[in-house]
Amino acid sequence: MSTVWVVVEPSEEGWSESAGELVTLARSLGDVVRLVTWSSPFDSLEAGRYGATLQYVVAHDESRLVADVVVGALDELSAREGSPDAVVLSSTYDSRDIAGRLSVRWSRTVVANVVGLRHLDGDGWESEHLVAGGARIAHTRVQSAALFIVRPKSVTPSTIDAGPVESVDVPAGSATSSARVLSRMVEEREGPDLESAPVVVSGGRGLGSAERYQWVDELARLLGGAGGASRAIVDAGWVPYSRQVGQTGKTVAPTVYVACGISGATQHLVGMKGSSHIVAINKDPDAPIFQVADFGVVGDVTTILPQLIDLVRARRGS
Amino acid sequence: MKVLACVKPVPDPSAPVAYGGDGRLDRRGKLVLDEADSYGVEVALRLAEATGGSVAIASMSDAGDLSPLRSALAMGAEEAFVASDPRLGGADALTTARVLAELVRRAGAEVVVTATESADGYTGTLAAQVAELLGWPALTFASAVSVEDGVVTVKRQSESGTLEVSAPLPCVVSVTAGSVEPRYATFKGIVAAKSRPVTVLDLAELGLGPVDHDVQRVVEIVEAPGRAAGEKIVDEGQGAAAIAAYLESIKVL
Ligand SMILES: Cc1cc2nc3c(=O)[nH]c(=O)nc-3n(C[C@H](O)[C@H](O)[C@H](O)COP(=O)(O)OP(=O)(O)OC[C@H]3O[C@@H](n4cnc5c(N)ncnc54)[C@H](O)[C@@H]3O)c2cc1C
Repeated sequence: MSTVWVVVEPSEEGWSESAGELVTLARSLGDVVRLVTWSSPFDSLEAGRYGATLQYVVAHDESRLVADVVVGALDELSAREGSPDAVVLSSTYDSRDIAGRLSVRWSRTVVANVVGLRHLDGDGWESEHLVAGGARIAHTRVQSAALFIVRPKSVTPSTIDAGPVESVDVPAGSATSSARVLSRMVEEREGPDLESAPVVVSGGRGLGSAERYQWVDELARLLGGAGGASRAIVDAGWVPYSRQVGQTGKTVAPTVYVACGISGATQHLVGMKGSSHIVAINKDPDAPIFQVADFGVVGDVTTILPQLIDLVRARRGS
Repeated sequence: MKVLACVKPVPDPSAPVAYGGDGRLDRRGKLVLDEADSYGVEVALRLAEATGGSVAIASMSDAGDLSPLRSALAMGAEEAFVASDPRLGGADALTTARVLAELVRRAGAEVVVTATESADGYTGTLAAQVAELLGWPALTFASAVSVEDGVVTVKRQSESGTLEVSAPLPCVVSVTAGSVEPRYATFKGIVAAKSRPVTVLDLAELGLGPVDHDVQRVVEIVEAPGRAAGEKIVDEGQGAAAIAAYLESIKVL
C-alpha cells in the first residue's frame, strides 16, 4: 500500500484545475491520497470525487512565507503518521520552496518538470520530465519516497464514485525561518484568467516597446481572452511576471494562442504548445514559432496588430 | 559583509543540446557561465558594495575548465571556491545543495545569492535546499534585493503579484533574470580575474560521503511530442485580414 501526499495551493473557488490534475495523478500512484493545502480548505466533495482520501489544511499566518509554515507542519505530520512514499506538488514558487526544504529534512530526491509518473512493480517510480528547455523528455527511474514537482496540464483530471473526504486542520509548523512578509500586492485583472482563457494573445520583444503591449491587451479584450507575454518582456519590466507564459511561467492551452513578435524559444513553446490553434506574427520567416504555428504571418507586428484590432473591432461592432 | 554567488557553467546555449548514453547532458563542448547567474553575481556585487564587503563565487563544476568562473571573477568577485570531483557528475539537486552549503561554510559567507534555476537542469529548488541545510531563511524568486542594518528585503514574484519579504542575515536569496543589469567585465577586471585565488576541493576534502546516483537514473531520453507547422504567408498588406479570416474559420471571431 502506497501513501501519496499532494501539496497544492488553495483556491477561492474551493477547487482548482491544478488540484484536480494532481489528485488524479496521485490516485494512480497509491491507495492513500492525502491532499495538503493551507489557509482555506478545498471542497470536501470535490476532493473526494477526484480521489483524495483525507485533506489536511495547514493554518497559515499571512506574515509568513507559505513554505516556512507548511514544511514545519508536514514534518510534524510525518513524525506522527510516517512519511509518504511520494509527494506530488504543483509547479508554483511556493511549492518549489516546499519541495526544496522537505527534500533536505527527509533526505529525498526532487524531480522537477514532471509530465508523467507511474509506480514500478518492484519499488520506486518511473517519471517523465522535460529536459532541454522542453524539447526532450527524460524517462527516469526514481527511488521510492521522492518529491515530484509536476507541470500543469500534464494530467487529464478524472473523477471516481466516492464520497466527501474528512478535513483535518493542522496548526502551523514551528517556523522554519525568521523571514517576514511585509506586504502583498495582487495584480488587478480584467477579463478571464490567463491559464483558463479561451483565447490568449501574447507579446514578445518584437513589439519593440512597452507601450505597444496595449495592442496585445486590446486584441485579447476584443476576443474575450487574456494577455500573455514572453519572458524577455517580463524581464525587461514591460509587464508583470503573472503574465509570463512558458517553462518558468504559466502553461496555457486555449482554443487559440496568438503570438505577436515572439521568437518561439523552446522554453516559451513548452508553455503554449498544447493550444488547439496557434497563430504567429513575426518578421523573421525562420523564427521557430512558425514550426508550431497553424497560421503564420511573416510581417511587421507593429503594422499588422493595429490593422487586426480595427478589423476585429469592425466585425464585433456589426 | 561576505556575499557568495553560486554559479554554474552550462553548455553554450547557441550549440545544439546533446545527451550521452547515460542520459546525462553532454558537457564536453564549450561551457559558458549560465546567463541567469550573471544577475546573481551582479546582485551579490551590489550587496557587497552597499555594505563595504566582498564577493566570492561558489560552483560545483569540473575544475578542468575554469573559464566560465573567470567571467564571474572578471565582473568583480574576489575569489572562487570550486567543488570538483568526477563522482559529482549527474548529481541531483539535493547533492548539489549539500556541496554548495559546504562551500558556503568554507567561504564564511553571510549572504548566498543564486539564480532561480539553471538553464540546463532547472529544478528550481536549490536556494531553498541550501537554506534548509544551513538553517537560514530563503528569500527566493526575488526581482529586487536590498540590505540595510543587517536585514535583507526582497520583492518576491508570485503567480498573481508581488510580495515584499525580509529576513535578518544570514540568508539565501534567489534572483530572477532581469532583476538587475549585469555589468560588463572591464579589461582590468578580465586581467585581474586571472590571478584571483581559486580553491578547488573534492568530496573528501569537503568532508562529504559518496554520492548515491541510484536515487534518480535516466533510462531514456526521447523527443517531446512536436506540432506540425501549418500555413505561412508573407504580409503584403493582406496579413491582418488573413488572420481575421483564420480566426473566423475556427469560430473565435
Ligand atoms: C531556464 C530558462 C527558463 C526560461 N523560461 C521562459 C519562459 O517561461 N517563458 C519564455 O517566454 N521564455 C523563457 N525563457 C527565455 C527564452 O529562452 C527566450 O529568451 C524568450 O522566450 C525570448 O522572448 P521573445 O521571443 O520575446 O524575444 P526574442 O527571442 O528576442 O524574439 C523577438 C522576436 O520578435 C521578432 N520581431 C522583432 N521585431 C519584430 C517586428 N517589428 N514585427 C514582428 N516580429 C518582430 C524577431 O524576429 C524575434 O523572433 C527561459 C530561458 C531559460 C534559460
